[in-house]
Amino acid sequence: MISVKNLYKTFHNLSGPVEVLKGINCEIRKGEKVVIVGPSGSGKSTFLRCMNLLEEPTSGEIYFEGKLINAPDVDIDKVRAQMGMVFQHFNLFPHLTVRRNITLAPVLLKLQSKEEADENAMRLLKRIGLDDKSESYPNQLSGGQKQRIAIIRSLAMNPKMMLFDEPTSALDPEMVGEVLSVMKELAAEGMTMAVVTHEMNFAKEVANRVLFIDDGQILEENEPDAFFSNPQHPRTKDFLSKILS
Amino acid sequence: MNERTLMSRLYDDFIYQNRYLYLVKGLGNTVVITVFALLIGVLIGVFIALVRVNYQQSKKKGLLLRLANLACGLYLTVIRGTPMVVQLMIMYFVIWASGAPIMIAILSFGLNSGAYVAEVIRSGIQSVDRGQTEAGRSLGLSAGRTMRVIILPQAFKNVAPAIFNEFIVLLKETSVAGYVGIQDLTKGGDIIRSITYDAFPPLIAVAIVYLVIVICLTQVLHVIEGRLAKSDLR
Ligand SMILES: Nc1ncnc2c1ncn2[C@@H]1O[C@H](COP(=O)(O)OP(=O)(O)OP(=O)(O)O)[C@@H](O)[C@H]1O
Ligand SMILES: [Mg+2]
Repeated sequence: MISVKNLYKTFHNLSGPVEVLKGINCEIRKGEKVVIVGPSGSGKSTFLRCMNLLEEPTSGEIYFEGKLINAPDVDIDKVRAQMGMVFQHFNLFPHLTVRRNITLAPVLLKLQSKEEADENAMRLLKRIGLDDKSESYPNQLSGGQKQRIAIIRSLAMNPKMMLFDEPTSALDPEMVGEVLSVMKELAAEGMTMAVVTHEMNFAKEVANRVLFIDDGQILEENEPDAFFSNPQHPRTKDFLSKILS
Repeated sequence: MNERTLMSRLYDDFIYQNRYLYLVKGLGNTVVITVFALLIGVLIGVFIALVRVNYQQSKKKGLLLRLANLACGLYLTVIRGTPMVVQLMIMYFVIWASGAPIMIAILSFGLNSGAYVAEVIRSGIQSVDRGQTEAGRSLGLSAGRTMRVIILPQAFKNVAPAIFNEFIVLLKETSVAGYVGIQDLTKGGDIIRSITYDAFPPLIAVAIVYLVIVICLTQVLHVIEGRLAKSDLR
């Protein structure tokens, strides 16, 4: 589905260049769920955002369905339309109703007619039990509701894969569950997912593979049972002992 | 003059030969100039703001973009660095000597206002969270569409009070339109003064009209601000 080769990313700050990603190689197959963990500032978000080119790689290659996407002649908008992204801070459009948030992109991009998009939005809203909120504005919703709507806003595009960047980190604890359960449903339906999260139980339950990123590199990757019960790298052990305690 | 009663002065200044019409027609011109100038100002302002934001954000700056940014920078410098009256007179006597005065005034004030509105709108665009752009782009919308349907509507909402305030400022600034022979509100008062040789009542009347309008508009501004604040809490 997506494959990342020798990915490097350097940011240029006022204080000079900072190399954030130092040679990442990773492949995510169709239907796979990959959870990415690692300490703060290690480059998890940057890695995820490079996959849909919200950040431009300094060097390296990203292939989506076999096609190199960080090449000059690629229509990146077309690629992004097939790759959903869910953000830590939801990023719903506050000036549009929930329904318009969901239907905006599919209609503008002529993927669906207005009627189809509306119908689709209502079906998705019903599925997460928020069909009564279709005419509400984002500011009238709780964090958990916002994030679930952000997820179905991406889903409305019928993406081939979904990227999640700490989707529950900005939520009050009592709302984490409702968002995770939508994500679990998606996973069960076979969606290809890359998820940056600190929810280790989600990783154990859903992931096919867990990646540990530290200091811009994938230090360790394994299927969740082995990853959690038998971490190899001392940094992974250190990280897990901190986060699981 | 001193012996004349106030009543007879007021009669001479405003009632006799329907002289109050100088003020009414003047006010009409003032409002027309202000409204259309602001419209032009907002159009120019949006354009300049887009050029400048684009220039700031894009990594590969094409030649066209660089030229446009340069032109906008020059425009802002010249407009803000010279007095409004001078701009108006240059427009009237040099650039567009054959134009209808009211058109010249609208254009001049519009061009002037655009320089200030541009900064307002630019700050509005920049006040919209970066996540909004990212969400739009991640859904596959182009940069232009994201700007149009996601960023600009929010930016306008953020700066609506500031733009309304620009309207109030502009309303007062147009009082120099008389320099190029336009009979705006101020000029109307001045004409009465030159007919009756009585300065106090007509000029005070002009001041009162401005003041009342500005006070009313300021009330409207507060209402707008209140509405926007409430809609943010929705
Ligand atoms: N746009 C940017 N410009 C400059 N530096 C950046 C930028 N984005 C990220 N960085 C830096 O890159 C490093 C990695 O950031 P990144 O957001 O990828 O980390 P992360 O692993 O997602 O951390 P967290 O768990 O806190 O979200 C950080 O040191 C951060 O300061
Ligand atoms: Mg992050």
